[in-house]
Amino acid sequence: MRATKGQSAGESQLNLEKLMSFGNTLNAPAAAIADPWPVRVFHKIPILGSGPTSIFAPHATPAHDIDSLSVFVLSITLVIFLIVAGLLLYALVRYRRRPGDSQMEPVQLYGSNQIEIAWTVIPFLIVVVLFLTSARVNFVTERAARPANSLEVVVIGHQFWWEYRYPKLGIVTANELHIPASDPKAPTPTYLTMTSADVDHSFWVPELAGKMDLIPNKVNVMWIDPSKPGIYLGQCAQFCGAEHAMMLLRVYVDTPEQFAQWVASQKKPATEDASVAEGKKVFEHTACINCHRVTGTVATGQFGPDLTHLASRDTIAAGVEKNTPDNLRKWIDDPDSMKMGSLMPKMHLNNHELDAVTAYMASLR
Amino acid sequence: MNDTTYDHPEGSLAALAKPTWLDVVNSWITTVDHKRIGIMYIGYALIFLVIGGIEALIMRVQLSVPNNHFTSPEVFNRMFTMHGTTMVFFVGMPILFGFGNYLIPLMIGARDMAFPRLNSFSFWVSAFGGLLLYFSFLGGDGLYGAGTAPDVGWFAYAPLTARIFSPGHSTDYWILGVFLSGIGSVGTALNLVVTIISLRCKGMTMGRLPLLAWIYLVVSWMVFIAIGPLTAAQIMLLLDRTVGSHFFDAQAGGSAVLWMHFFWIFGHPEVYILVLPAFGFANEIIPVFSRKAIFGYAAMVGATVGIGFVSLGVWAHHMFTVGLGPAGNAFFTFATMVVSVPTGIKIFNWLATIWGGRISFATPMLFSIGFLFQFLAAGLTGIMLAVAPFDWQLGNSYFVVGHFHYVLVGAILYMIFAAFYYWFPKMTGRMMSERLGKWHFWLFTLGFHITFDLMHIPGILGMPRRVFTYEADRGWGSWNMIISIGAIFQVIAILIFVWNMIRSYMKGEKAGPDPWDAWTLEWSTSSPPPHYNFAVEPVVESRRPLWDRKHPNDPDNAYE
Repeated sequence: MRATKGQSAGESQLNLEKLMSFGNTLNAPAAAIADPWPVRVFHKIPILGSGPTSIFAPHATPAHDIDSLSVFVLSITLVIFLIVAGLLLYALVRYRRRPGDSQMEPVQLYGSNQIEIAWTVIPFLIVVVLFLTSARVNFVTERAARPANSLEVVVIGHQFWWEYRYPKLGIVTANELHIPASDPKAPTPTYLTMTSADVDHSFWVPELAGKMDLIPNKVNVMWIDPSKPGIYLGQCAQFCGAEHAMMLLRVYVDTPEQFAQWVASQKKPATEDASVAEGKKVFEHTACINCHRVTGTVATGQFGPDLTHLASRDTIAAGVEKNTPDNLRKWIDDPDSMKMGSLMPKMHLNNHELDAVTAYMASLR
Repeated sequence: MNDTTYDHPEGSLAALAKPTWLDVVNSWITTVDHKRIGIMYIGYALIFLVIGGIEALIMRVQLSVPNNHFTSPEVFNRMFTMHGTTMVFFVGMPILFGFGNYLIPLMIGARDMAFPRLNSFSFWVSAFGGLLLYFSFLGGDGLYGAGTAPDVGWFAYAPLTARIFSPGHSTDYWILGVFLSGIGSVGTALNLVVTIISLRCKGMTMGRLPLLAWIYLVVSWMVFIAIGPLTAAQIMLLLDRTVGSHFFDAQAGGSAVLWMHFFWIFGHPEVYILVLPAFGFANEIIPVFSRKAIFGYAAMVGATVGIGFVSLGVWAHHMFTVGLGPAGNAFFTFATMVVSVPTGIKIFNWLATIWGGRISFATPMLFSIGFLFQFLAAGLTGIMLAVAPFDWQLGNSYFVVGHFHYVLVGAILYMIFAAFYYWFPKMTGRMMSERLGKWHFWLFTLGFHITFDLMHIPGILGMPRRVFTYEADRGWGSWNMIISIGAIFQVIAILIFVWNMIRSYMKGEKAGPDPWDAWTLEWSTSSPPPHYNFAVEPVVESRRPLWDRKHPNDPDNAYE
């Protein structure tokens, strides 16, 4: 009896180690290590990996680590559910009242200390295992060493758009975050330093990482290292007011060459084009300049997105609409018609002025 | 019957003249009888349940297809703010206090609560809080014409509640409505504690206290501890908004995170304040319909106290994405998971109670069984959310919305339904229809699972909560459509339930004092009980006094 007990204790310790190492692909480059089989099985469930923002389709190390941990936690909880629900179901069927039952009450049982202790201790051990695996991913993600060649971007949340500043590159842009792809062999992660200009927001691009809140008077940091170029989507995940739902996130992961090109174009001063001089004049003589900035002009506003390279962006209004001249014109004419509750006021421009300003905006490449 | 005239002065008047409707209204408004106050609490909560349900339906219509324009974002934001605030403060709390008020004195063999006038005050001040909150639809505009009902979310994160981001008076109505409901809650909690401690009948030691009463004792202590920080925070916020203090005003150096701590140190115990009475109903109902004593009485009491204690130290699991750092996150991960140990004990003890019993599937038991499965699942999704890194993905997503509705509807509302079917005969003297009850159960269960099982999936697919609409390319549309369809079944089931109550009250089968062949004291008096509950103070010798009377040769006290 004693021997068996000792053996099973040893076994369970081994299992514990195995369980702990299960979520352990930490900080390994996303592509280098194959997922353990439960993760692979899980990823085959069609509905869970579908759509552009699934948490089970990771493309960067933080999201990948969470994915492995999640499948581990899901597996354990699923087993617990099946066992307990199975016992319940069995008891309900086995001990149901049947027509011919005697009128006597069944045997009354008042409890058992041994059983109570067993179902206190076993769940506690499961809790310890879950806690340790959780804490491991937690520490490794938040305390990851920051390589010297990492890119820093300051992310500032606004009602209802995103401001991105690249302090070392001297770039200020909005709503579309450009970062270089990170080679798993020589990682170049991007560190996002986050705060808010007004109310709480939350940065959530599920395929890259979990969310991190942007809170006024507080600075938070998160990092991402996607290796596959492409566009990754997300949106604000902390209720921030009327247009919370329309505060969309677009992360452009560029190849190193594309990124260098993008940086070079963003560093240029605003385009000067004589053919849109009238639009520029209208822009500079209305309240537009109170909120928006265009480098090299009188427009030095801080409340709205920087427009110096507006035309280089794919979308307007924080990802809500495509950046076409028609949409731009509609947006300038009546922001509420596109994004009800937007803080940009209607400027009451006449048709001629609208056309001119739209042409000017479209020229800001 | 001489004591009728003594205890029932209005009864003797009734003999002289039939009371007018004004007399009836007057008698209800001025009553200090715990049973009438309990019924008023429950009725009031049911009205708000319907209102909160309508708000939910408006949201479900809006979300059923992407890029929908059924409501404006402003209206949608008001709907989820009012839905959450209503369901927690003006449905959950009053309905549980209503049952507590009605049942606790009867179960411990007392004639009333310890402080009948405080009881009445607590009810009316809570009720006024609800009316004040809803008056915001008329008065919230303020001088600024800036929106009507509150639209800052039920946890009202700062600094969105600051005057600059929330002009008008809507947020002030939210503060004051919730503040008043808190005063009522503390009053009733105090009353329950004193009643349970000092008004137990002869022989009812703490070790023989019905588990429901134990739970209300723990819940009341939690109310004392949890409501304080909320009330303090509400006052600070009110000062910020009215006299320009800067507790939460981030523009002036205030702290948004401070509000989160204040709110959740209330908000998380609050979840247990709501769910523990549901456990209490299960503790009373499951044994009776399994025909067995509750398994592990002492462990159940210990688990209740344990949940109460640990739940006070888990609040920051709502804040894993706030940037607390890995040590803080790890602590709250562990604390949160530890709650699952006493909760597990409870589930296992209910399982052991059923085991070896003779289970009859009357409606109260059906709802209790639904509760057992659904609470098990809700607890397990709770474990997932307690894993901080997993929560970085799932937090504030529709997965969370699915999870807490599994708790609030799948566990709490199910046990409230079970409690209705179980104690309605005691309260009215008439049985509810079993046939309609089964329709109610099966339709509601179908709708519940369509809606809330599937609600987890858009969360996994990246859908945040509190969005008034969403992009078509995200793949959330069909899920949301099915989720909304599930709501239809729930509405039909609720209509059946309301019809069942009305019809049964009018012409239900007569119940008699003890229709379920149960064991606790409330079944030893008539249905409905007289004003004074018990003509003679009962004397008990075990945890199941009616079992002792029914089985004099095999009394319970031999095993205690």
